[in-house]
Parts: sequence; structure tokens; C-alpha cells
Amino acid sequence: MKVTLKVWRQKSRNTPGEFKTYESPALNPNMSFLEMLDVVNEELANRGEEPIAFDHDCREGICGTCSLVIDGKPHGPHQGVATCQTYMRSFKNGDEIVVEPFRARAFPLVKDLVVDRKALDRIQHAGGFISVRTGSAPDANNILVPKENADLAMDAAQCIGCGACVAACKNASAMLFVAAKVSHLGLLPQGQPERHRRVKAMVDQMDAEGFGGCTVTGSCEAVCPKEISLDFIARMNRDYAAALIRGEPKPIAGSGAG
Amino acid sequence: MSSISSLYKSSLGQKYVMAASGTLLFLFVVGHLVGNLQVFGSPELINTYAHFLKSKPLLLWGVRLGLLALVALHVITAVQLSLANKAARPVEYAKPPTYGSAWQSRYMLGTGSVIAAFVVYHLAHFTALLPGINGVGDFRTLEATLPGGEKTHDVYAMIVLGFQVWWVTLFYLVAQAVLFIHLGHGLASMFQSLGFRNHIWWPRIQLFAKVASIAIFIGYALIPVSIYLRVVGADYAETKRFELKPAALVEPAAATGKEAK
Repeated sequence: MKVTLKVWRQKSRNTPGEFKTYESPALNPNMSFLEMLDVVNEELANRGEEPIAFDHDCREGICGTCSLVIDGKPHGPHQGVATCQTYMRSFKNGDEIVVEPFRARAFPLVKDLVVDRKALDRIQHAGGFISVRTGSAPDANNILVPKENADLAMDAAQCIGCGACVAACKNASAMLFVAAKVSHLGLLPQGQPERHRRVKAMVDQMDAEGFGGCTVTGSCEAVCPKEISLDFIARMNRDYAAALIRGEPKPIAGSGAG
Repeated sequence: MSSISSLYKSSLGQKYVMAASGTLLFLFVVGHLVGNLQVFGSPELINTYAHFLKSKPLLLWGVRLGLLALVALHVITAVQLSLANKAARPVEYAKPPTYGSAWQSRYMLGTGSVIAAFVVYHLAHFTALLPGINGVGDFRTLEATLPGGEKTHDVYAMIVLGFQVWWVTLFYLVAQAVLFIHLGHGLASMFQSLGFRNHIWWPRIQLFAKVASIAIFIGYALIPVSIYLRVVGADYAETKRFELKPAALVEPAAATGKEAK
């Protein structure tokens, strides 16, 4: 099979970009979308042209490095899979496929289809952690966790931080990502001590990065390769309200306890 | 104070403001509908109700100013959020990614603007009683006598005369359809924004949003439609139109008088 690619090409952040059209060589329908790009790039390189830059790493749907908005949908036509798990058999021979980078102010473009998603890392650094003594593994079931909470926490923890939610949202909002990160720790006993500080810090960092707000359109949930539910956004909204009502902790008089 | 300012500074806090003001405005819409449905009773029923509201100026103006503040809060916050949302994506996609989004959710600012324009007209039409925008005449001259013998403004006549004008009825119906679209998304989203949602309650919330927005549309649409089709108050309107006529004729008569000079 062969396809026509309309790809966004942009040399660097500050140079203007444009769509360029490429005809693919003959493809095996069982190639992944990224393998198709590899083949196209090899041909470009052979012709002495600059290959198309795109992000990829594990290519098995667990690292969250691949991106791409394919025909207007992040991660391509299917539900619950990342671009690397999208195969050419999902397209028809002769299709024109429009490939764009994730577009958001908080995701500045690096080159072609590669964008800088470090804003998500900075949100994680603001509060997406628990403070514990590391050491040897604790005994299993030392801390009891209700099964339903463990399941929900695992659902949230599936987030691979790819940023498709931001790319799909008409407001370029990172709410689904932040909600997943807030919830998966907030649902577990180990996450309780920092629960309210965490949600406050992460949401404030999200705002500082220049992401938009949530208008509950549901696009993020629909494109998420891990099918993270909008329920988690409601959970985060609850936690953030609780954190606001609690306010800042009481300042410690003197030098404190220690 | 710090928590209030930090509330308004954060995008989530602004969503709480949208949801809370939206909830209160929704409750007003329900209450207003219940009051208005009295038009299906006798003229005395709604006139007595209107007289009762007018006789409590403190309550009336308290509610009016409160509603005005809520509308202002809802509109200003919506504009601020929309500007921030627009700024969050400086370069648009070649194909707008609308995948998986409910279409109502993408036009909240547009539907909200139509509703705001309608509210301005509605206030000028039936509250400020501006003559010249209702297509009938001067509503201020309408008077009715309550069963107790008191004279009061004839609200019933104003409504039945007002909705016999086809373009007024059409505008009201369009506005109600737009409100239906706005509520179809807004009612469910209020719960989401305030955090009241989980896998059990979300289907119920969506059902509530659907039922409530349909009920409000039907309730509000029934009033102008049944009046326009002369099912309600047609005879009453004719007697009152007769009373109105001199007032309506004042201006053209004066104009011809000038021409004659």
C-alpha cells in the first residue's frame, strides 16, 4: 500500500513552519505508523533531504514519548492506543494523512513534529511524589489498602504522561494529566500526608505553565491512550477545593520542632 | 481573604465560580418558570403574584441586584477563562481536533452570548417596559383591578399581547432553544467542576441535565407558543388591545398632524 503524507515541517522554534506533502514508498500494512515514518525518512535521507523529526522511544505503548496528531486526532484513529501501536492497516491505500505536532503554548515546538513536553515534568516535580524513607522493600500488606482504591489508583497510574490530553483539548488543558497524577497518589494511604499540599502545588504549577482550563468537552478522555476517566478530574477538583478551604498551614513559632 | 484571592487566581477556582454562579442562575430559571406558568391560570392569578412581588421592594431589589451580580460574575469569569483558553493554543491545527467532544461544549461562549442578549431584550421588554420594542404599544398604560379592588399593572395583558407578535415569539423560542443547548452541557458540567462526580453519579447527573434542560425548554416555550396560537388569553388580549389602541395611535396621529402643518 501507499499513502500520501501531509506533514508539518519546521526547522526550529523561531522559523515559520509549513505543511509539506510526501508520497510514501510501498508499505507493508502491518508496519506501525512510526515504522512508516522511518521508511519515508530513509528515502528522504537517500535523496539528501532532511528527515522528518518525530519523538519515539519504547514503541510498545508504555513510555509516552511518541506523539503526533494524525488526521486531527492525537495518537491516530484508534481508541486506547498510542501512535506507536497504530498500524498502517488502519488506513486505506492512497489515503492522504495529515500529521501535525501536539500544539499548545506550554509545549513549545522543537523541530517538525517534536515538541518540548517538560512542562508536564515540572508539574510532577511540584508535587507528584510522596516523601518516604527508602530502604529495603516493606512487607506486603503492611499498610492495608481497600481493593477498590487500589484499582482506581492503578487506573490513574496508567497515565504515561504523553500529553495527548493537552493536544486534544480545545483549550490545551492539562487537567486530565494532572488529575491522574494527583489521584493515583491521593487514593493511597502513602499519599495522604501530602495530599492537599500536592494538589495545590500541582494545579498552581499547571496554571503557571500556561495550560488552558477544563470545559468538560471530553476530548481528552476520548484520545487518552490509557483511557483515563474524566472522573479523576472531578476528584482533583474536590481535593483542590478542600486544599483551598484548609488554607496555608499555621506558621511555626520559633524554630519549630527540630 | 488570601484563600478568596487565590481562588480567583487559579483556573480551577474560576471554574468553581462559573459552576456556583451557574447553579444559582439555574435555580432562578426554575423559579422564574414556575412563576410564569401562572399565565395558564386566570388573569387575576399572575397579576396578584406580580403585585405581591412589587409590594416587597426590598426583597425584589435584593433578588434583582443579586441576580445582576451573578450574571456579571458568570460573564466576566467566562470571558477571562475563554481568553486564557485561547491563549493556551497560539497555533491552531489544520484540522480542529474535536474528537470525542460533545458539540454543545464547544459553543458555550456563543450560546451564552445569545442568552445574554436575550436577557437584555427580555428586561427591556417586560421589566423596563420600553415602548417601541414590543411591536404592540405602550405596556405601561395597561391596568388591571385585583379581586381586592386594588389597581395594579396588568402583567397578564402584557404577556398575552406581547406574544401575539410573531417575531417576539420567534426570538423567545430561539433564545429558549439556545438556553437548552447551554444547559445541556452546563448543568452536568457544574457538578464536574465542583467535584461532585464519580462512576455511579455521572450517568445520573447526565440524565438530570438532559431531563431538566428539556423540561425547562418545554415549560418556557409553551407560554409564547400557546399565546401565539391564541390558545391562551386571546379574548382578554382583544379587549386590552382596544384599551391600548389610543396609546399606540398617539405617535402616528401626532406625526400626521405635523405633516398637515
